[in-house]
Amino acid sequence: MNETFISIAYLAASAAFILALKWLSSVPTAMRGVIIGAIGMTLAIGGTLLSPEIVSYRYIGIALVLGALIGIPMALMPMTAVPQRTALSHAFGALAAALVGTAEYSLRHDVLDRFTMFALVIEVLLGSLTFSASLMAFGKLQEILPQRPITYKGQNIVNLAVLGVALLTGVALVINPANTLLFPVMTILAFTFGIMLIVPIGGADMPTVIALLNSYAGLSAAAMGFALDNKLLIIAGSLDGASGLILSIIMCKAMNRSFSNVLFGAFGQVQTGPAGKVDAKPVKSTTTEEAASILANANLVVIIPGYGMAVAQAQHKVRELHDSLVKKGVKVVFAIHPVAGRMPGHMNVLLAEADVPYDKLLEMEEANSELPEADVSLVIGANDVTNPAARHDTNSPVYGMPIIDVDKARVVMVIKRSMNPGFAGIDNELYTMDKTLMLFGDAKAVVGELVKEVAAADS
Amino acid sequence: MTHTPDILSSLYVFLLATFVGLEVIKRVSPLLHTPLMSLTNAISAISIVGALIIAGRAETTLSTILGTLAVTCSMINVTGGYLITFRMIKMFKRKAPKK
Repeated sequence: MNETFISIAYLAASAAFILALKWLSSVPTAMRGVIIGAIGMTLAIGGTLLSPEIVSYRYIGIALVLGALIGIPMALMPMTAVPQRTALSHAFGALAAALVGTAEYSLRHDVLDRFTMFALVIEVLLGSLTFSASLMAFGKLQEILPQRPITYKGQNIVNLAVLGVALLTGVALVINPANTLLFPVMTILAFTFGIMLIVPIGGADMPTVIALLNSYAGLSAAAMGFALDNKLLIIAGSLDGASGLILSIIMCKAMNRSFSNVLFGAFGQVQTGPAGKVDAKPVKSTTTEEAASILANANLVVIIPGYGMAVAQAQHKVRELHDSLVKKGVKVVFAIHPVAGRMPGHMNVLLAEADVPYDKLLEMEEANSELPEADVSLVIGANDVTNPAARHDTNSPVYGMPIIDVDKARVVMVIKRSMNPGFAGIDNELYTMDKTLMLFGDAKAVVGELVKEVAAADS
Repeated sequence: MTHTPDILSSLYVFLLATFVGLEVIKRVSPLLHTPLMSLTNAISAISIVGALIIAGRAETTLSTILGTLAVTCSMINVTGGYLITFRMIKMFKRKAPKK
C-alpha cells in the first residue's frame, strides 16, 4: 500500500516541478510557481520517508534539522550576495549527488551491471567536478580568491588531459565495476579538473559559468535517477539541466562567445589582448550639480546599471534618484544587459529589492529602441556592455558583442570610480566621446549627491 | 542484462523531461533569471530522495555517514532554495510602494 502511495506522490511531485517552472515564466504567476514547487518537494520527501527501505530515522532526523538550520540563514542573505550564495548551493547540490553515488558504489560494487555503473560514473564525475568548481566560483565571487583570471601557457591542454584521464578511468570502471581502486582515482581527478576549470575564469565571465554549473548539478541528479531507477530524480534533474543549459546559451550569446568555447573553459582569455588604439584623449568630467540640472530637465533618462552598482551597494540610492526624477516629470527606465552583474538576472533582483517597479526594467533590445530618443543615458558601474567598439572596432576583444547603445542618447553620463579599465581590461571609447560627461567617485556617494541636487534643481 | 526495459523507459523519461524543460524555460522572462536559477537549484535538491534511502537503509557505517551528509547538503538547498526564491519573487512589484 505504501508503495502505491509513494509512486503517486512521486508522480504528483514531477508534475508540480514542471508547473513550478511554467508559472515562474512571468511575474504575476511566479509566486504560484514557488509554492507548487515547494509542495512538490514536500510530497517527494514525505513519500520517501514512508518507504519501507528506510529502517532508521535517527540520523535522517538530525540531517534534516541540520540542513534546515544552515539553509534558512543562507536564504536570508542580502541580495548583493546572491551570486556567491548560488555558487555555494550548486556546490552543496553537486556534493550530495557525488556522496550518494559513492555510497551506492561502496554498497553494490560487486553486483553492479554496466549500465548502472555508467550512470554512477556520470553522477560522481559531474558531482565532484561541479562541487570543486562551484566552491572555486564561490571563492572568487566572495573575493576570498583573486577575481582576475589566472592563465598560463598550455592551460587548456593540461585541463583537457586531466579531464581525459578522469573519463578514461570512468570507462575502465564501466568495463570492470569491481575495480575499487579506480573509483577514488576518478573522483579525485574530477575534483581537480573542477578547480582547474575555474582558475582561468574572470569575474565578467561568472554569469556563464554559474549557469553552466547549474546545468551540471542538475545532470548529476538526473544520473542519480538512472542509477537508482527513479523517474522523479530523472525528471527534476533534467529540468535543472535544461534550465542551466538555456541560461548559459543566453549568456554566451550576450557575450558573443561560442558554446564550445565555454565547455572547454577557454574563456577569460579576453584580457590578454587590450588591442585597438589607446589614444590619450581627454575625458570631460563634471560636477553633480551640473549633471543634476541636465537630468532634471530631461524628458527621458535611461539608467544602465552594472556590477559596479552592486559593489557600491548603490541600488537604493539609484531608486531614490528614479523617484526624485519621476517627481520632476522625467520618464526613467532601466536598461539591463543580460550579462550585467555576476549572474543571470542579477541587476533585476537588486533593483526589485530596492523597490524599483519591474515594468521599468527593460531588456537590451527594448532599451536600444528607446535610447535614440533618450536625453540622457546614465551608466552606473557598467563598462564593457556599453563599449561602442563592440559595434565597429574589429580589433577590439569585445567586437561583435551585443551592447546597450548608450552612445545614441543625446548626453551620456558615466559614474565611475576611476579611469581604470573594466574586468576585461579593455579601454572604453565611450569615456572620451564629446557628449560624455564623467562623474568620478563611489557610485553610492555620487548618486546620493545627484538625488539631493535633483530635488533642489528647478525644471 | 535484466535491466534493459528500465533503461529504455528511463531514457524516454530523460528525453521528454529535457524537451519539456527546454520549452518551459525558454519562456521565462529575463527579469526572473536569478529566481529561475534558485528555484531550479531547489528542485534539483531532489537528490535528497536518494540520500534519504541511503542514510535510512543503514547498511554500512560508511554508507550511513555518506548518506547522512548528503541529506544535510540537499536539505540546505531544499530550505534555502525555496525560501530565497520566495523572497526574490515577493520583491518584484509593478508599482513603487508609497512611502
